[in-house]
Amino acid sequence: MSDNAFEPRLIGFLCRWCSYNGADLAGTARMKYPPNMVPIKTNCSGRVDPTFVMKAFQEGADGVLIAGCHPGDCHYINGNYRTAARYPLMKVLLQQMGLEPGRVRLEWISAAEGDKFARTVAEFTEQIRALGPLEWGKQFSGNGSGSIGAGGQEPTEALEEVPA
Amino acid sequence: MRKPKLALYWAASCGGCEIAVLELKEKILDVAAAFDLVFWPVALDFKYKDVEAMADGEIDVCLFNGAIRNSENEHIARLLRDKAKVMVAFGACSAMGGIPGLANVSDRREIMDLVYRRNPSLANDEGVLPQTKTVVPEGELTLPELYDTVKTLDQTVAVDYYVPGCPPEAGQIWTVVSAVIAALKSGRLPPKGAVLGAGEKTCCDECERVKEEKKISAFKRPWEIVPDPERCLLEQGIVCMGPATRAGCGARCPSVNMPCRGCYGPPAGVVDQGAKMLSTIASIVDAPTPEEIAEIAATVPDPLGTFYRFGLASSLLRRTKVPAAESEARV
Repeated sequence: MSDNAFEPRLIGFLCRWCSYNGADLAGTARMKYPPNMVPIKTNCSGRVDPTFVMKAFQEGADGVLIAGCHPGDCHYINGNYRTAARYPLMKVLLQQMGLEPGRVRLEWISAAEGDKFARTVAEFTEQIRALGPLEWGKQFSGNGSGSIGAGGQEPTEALEEVPA
Repeated sequence: MRKPKLALYWAASCGGCEIAVLELKEKILDVAAAFDLVFWPVALDFKYKDVEAMADGEIDVCLFNGAIRNSENEHIARLLRDKAKVMVAFGACSAMGGIPGLANVSDRREIMDLVYRRNPSLANDEGVLPQTKTVVPEGELTLPELYDTVKTLDQTVAVDYYVPGCPPEAGQIWTVVSAVIAALKSGRLPPKGAVLGAGEKTCCDECERVKEEKKISAFKRPWEIVPDPERCLLEQGIVCMGPATRAGCGARCPSVNMPCRGCYGPPAGVVDQGAKMLSTIASIVDAPTPEEIAEIAATVPDPLGTFYRFGLASSLLRRTKVPAAESEARV
């Protein structure tokens, strides 16, 4: 991997009952897929607050995958139905801010679908590679916090300047 | 004892916050009696140079309304921050970017182009754009520079307290003013970053409408239906921002059949008001299949303008297409 080539940074919010196990299966079955996605285990795809997705983009993600159980399979009966409703609305919202719709993706991946997981990550990585880097967080030196009362100024930028 | 010095300023705002202060009515005399008003461009004839001549920290309290979107706004924000001991972000624009913050979906170039070139009611054949400096025979004329990005006050200078609202309720302003007077006297100020003149819970908590189970099969705009005056507006399919908005106004809009617009910002502990509202809406859509649910959810008109009507500048959202020059120029 050369230093100059763009490597997409992806965040995957995976439901612990299906998609995370699907990812495990892909691993134990030694399926190959790109290493670009950081998986984050959530209890349910319905736990993925739109705030998480926005925060991921703001902190440098180029694409966000949300993966949960197939409709009807939710461990919590209807958590993924919440996701199904939230996702299109969030997509419209992000598009209104100029974000390419391909940067967020929702997939239903069961614990038995290791191959679908591997395929999804591979496809998504290439899709984001084609779109290029997002660099949402560098847009302006806001304090990165929407909550009024959080106070303070732009900690993110200051932190980035600290030498490693 | 010398009276504490009070300054009020308007940056990118509509003037509504100033009217809200005047809504104190005869209590405005109490404000004048308790404070020495040293700067209030809308009502009193002080100049910027009068403020520049003050010592640092000479002003006790500054109520700053309006967002920061041009070089003049920023200059005065920095000036008043230096001169004031207590800086209060007063009103939705100052605290969260407010309505001007919606301009962050666009940028300066696009705004200038639309307003001065492509506006259908405009006669500007030469395509003249406002310039920061223009030389005329009488000398040089200057205008403040419009920024690409609208910022909140706390994205520009350090802010001590926040008073949300578009505008803040007159009753709440009085509470804040008297609390600040008492605090200055006792020397015990509220913790920095506190939201004053508002509650911790949500607008729904103050709303007297009957709330039952929320299940929505279609979203309506307020003009499309005659809402039941007793029942929760959200349950009737009207997108009411109540569940994601801080209490403090006494639910004034829902009490007159209009949905909450969210001007008091997110309640305590919430980072992004619009994201929370999006979650709320998505959770109450009622349909048997994910496809139908998605279809109904997608019918919410203008999610960005609805969920982030006042909070776009302070939200996690960022414009994706941005002029390269800006990030260097504005830091």
